[in-house]
Amino acid sequence: MSAVIDHHHADHAHGPAKGLMRWVLTTNHKDIGSMYLWFSFIMFLAGGSMAMVIRAELFQPGLQLVQPEFFNQMTTTHGLIMVFGAVMPAFVGLANWMIPLMVGAPDMALPRMNNFSFWLLPMAFGLLLSTLFMEGGGPNFGWTFYAPLSTTYAPPSVTFFIFAIHLAGISSIMGAINIIATILNLRAPGMTLMKMPLFVWTWLITAFLLIAVMPVLAGVVTMMLMDIHFGTSFFNAAGGGDPVMFQHIFWFFGHPEVYIMILPAFGAVSQIIPTFSRKPLFGYTSMVYATAAIAFLSFIVWAHHMFTVGIPITGELFFMYATMLIAVPTGVKVFNWVSTMFRGALTFETPMLFAIAFVILFTIGGFSGLMLAIAPADFQYHDTYFVVAHFHYVLVPGAIFGIFASAYYWLPKWTGHMYDETLGKTHFWMSFIGMNLAFFPMHFVGLAGMPRRIPDYNIMFANFNMVSSIGAFMFGATQLLFLFIVIKCIKGGPKAAANPWEGAEGLEWTVPSPAPYHTFTTPPEVK
Amino acid sequence: MASHETYYVPAQSKWPIIASVGLLLTVFGGGSMINGMSSGEGSVAGKWFLFAGALMMIYMLFGWFSNVVRESDQGLYSPQMDRSFRMGMGWFIFSEVMFFAAFFGALFYVRTFAGPWLGGEGDKGVTNILWPEFQFAWPLMSNPDPKAFPGPAETIGPWQLPLLNTIILITSSVTVTFAHHALRADKRRATKAWLGLTVLLGVIFVVLQALEYQHAYHELGLTLNSGIYGSTFFMLTGFHGAHVTMGTVILAVMLIRITRGHFTPDKHFGFEAASWYWHFVDVVWVGLFIFVYIF
Repeated sequence: MSAVIDHHHADHAHGPAKGLMRWVLTTNHKDIGSMYLWFSFIMFLAGGSMAMVIRAELFQPGLQLVQPEFFNQMTTTHGLIMVFGAVMPAFVGLANWMIPLMVGAPDMALPRMNNFSFWLLPMAFGLLLSTLFMEGGGPNFGWTFYAPLSTTYAPPSVTFFIFAIHLAGISSIMGAINIIATILNLRAPGMTLMKMPLFVWTWLITAFLLIAVMPVLAGVVTMMLMDIHFGTSFFNAAGGGDPVMFQHIFWFFGHPEVYIMILPAFGAVSQIIPTFSRKPLFGYTSMVYATAAIAFLSFIVWAHHMFTVGIPITGELFFMYATMLIAVPTGVKVFNWVSTMFRGALTFETPMLFAIAFVILFTIGGFSGLMLAIAPADFQYHDTYFVVAHFHYVLVPGAIFGIFASAYYWLPKWTGHMYDETLGKTHFWMSFIGMNLAFFPMHFVGLAGMPRRIPDYNIMFANFNMVSSIGAFMFGATQLLFLFIVIKCIKGGPKAAANPWEGAEGLEWTVPSPAPYHTFTTPPEVK
Repeated sequence: MASHETYYVPAQSKWPIIASVGLLLTVFGGGSMINGMSSGEGSVAGKWFLFAGALMMIYMLFGWFSNVVRESDQGLYSPQMDRSFRMGMGWFIFSEVMFFAAFFGALFYVRTFAGPWLGGEGDKGVTNILWPEFQFAWPLMSNPDPKAFPGPAETIGPWQLPLLNTIILITSSVTVTFAHHALRADKRRATKAWLGLTVLLGVIFVVLQALEYQHAYHELGLTLNSGIYGSTFFMLTGFHGAHVTMGTVILAVMLIRITRGHFTPDKHFGFEAASWYWHFVDVVWVGLFIFVYIF
């Protein structure tokens, strides 16, 4: 730490500082947003490589490449990294970049804490990844780390896994507090709550979910730590505890968590579809209420992940019906997106392609979710590849496509250049075909009974698994093209106007492209 | 919202990265020590990492807060900035509430569902086949497997030390409010007296808790290892005690700041945040007293 910067002399500098220390010491929401996005992409490639190992092993039945112990570590860290390292930071990055621009704020409400939130992430994931090289290997109990697999039978590195989760959780809570304070306190005069862009609305609700459930995750991993090292028996029936209790507490966090990963994507798509339909969003108010309804319901459906562990029939019924209720506000949203496009002057630039694919494929994931919500049917589906197909359909063309759509949509604002449209469309189609090839066959093998998290399988599943693997390799390789497109866009390309999209509305399009280092130091007036 | 022009965006700061590295070293060192303890090999490196991390965290907390105090003194913070701080603190306390909710949830779940089922009650009582002799009662004095988890001989009754502690904490919430009123009326001496009394009550509470733990460990056989009763008891009261300790330190810092002439009758958010935190800790204790000690 030799570069100690004097705060009072560096005050009110208009441009960014030079060199590496710009990024380490920054308080600028755009710098921090960019770091979040790059970090997320690095994690996306890391978690993706693990997925490639998994798919390579599953290319054919029988053990080919890796040992089962290592396979377990791959499925576990793939899940953990994608959830906590790729998807969540990507949305926080988008929030950092866009929310101040969208509400007319000079920066995030608490800029130094903002940088703290970011820099905790490389620490957390450095620690998490380092467990793979420790004695006994990394976490091998699945990303849901059910006790007693994660307590009694866990490798010693689980201690560091627990602390990595703590660090990532602290980062998320601080990030969420910052976002709430920015939205509630820093809106430009005249921007009432019901005039906020939907991306801001969905993030406000997401931030609330984060603050409500990340501490519960911290609590449950702390109980694990105590069970492992300090003799408590929270998850051990021999001492009067209950391993099923782990699942209750975990999923009380875990179910809102899945909405944390999708609500900001809902918001982004609700910005993009109106732009390329050249129509205002259909049913703005109902979108807001639907988002709030989904968030509320997310707290009372957690045990649908646990239909087969032995909960009372009343519980099964309650959680089944409560889960199905979510289809109502989600249906409202899909209806609104489709109605926005209806009779619009549609064009199909890359962001719009990703957004439309989002609507269609997320809906497929939603429908398989409804199937899984049916408690008696879930006894058949539980822990099969059908579940894997379901959550990859909501996360890949849901969360990830939402992130891609946002990236293409706002890249001109970030870089001042237009991205290469042909390459962008290639990226879209390759991703679209690749992910459908990878995940659609999983529905079939799952319904036929192929269990998840097992490195070997019955020979009857061989053809579909080979198709899945080919699709996964295609999807994985295509993401290098995305990296190339982004770098190319940063380096050059046609100049982007302040508003490069014909139909785009909102404060972020009133500032020049690329957005100056400091924007809205004087707040704009919103009519 | 007319004060946007003056919203203060700080320039670069070294504190976030120091905090991040400090936290990483702390948890890495702590984790190594815990693993060393469990494997019986110990971890010398872990101690040094923990030590270095803790030093960095102390340096960071001191530096970061001094930074904020200095900026506040320079008048850089508008009323709008003040609202950001208030929201930040408020939502932080909400996150703490949810952290305790996880442990309260565990307590209620075991008492209402898992425990009775393990004892053979209800249509999920099949788990009783594991330990057919086991009967569930609360407090759980005899665990399903008494060899692995010997139950406590006795638990701590609510009407002695815990009641005294309840009175102490509730009194301290009142005294901190008196301090606040005195500060607003610009009666600095009264502020100092009431705040000093609050800190003292906080210290007494923590000392009494420590005595109670000693009593539990040495005379009652109530330990972390005595099954789910001990687990929930020590985790809930332990995390609460840690929060009281932290709250006491925060209030003590406020006392030092007041002695040094910080704060004005209408601008003293640092003090208010500390008292919010103190009230929160107090409310958690009331929940603990009712659900852990009495019922």
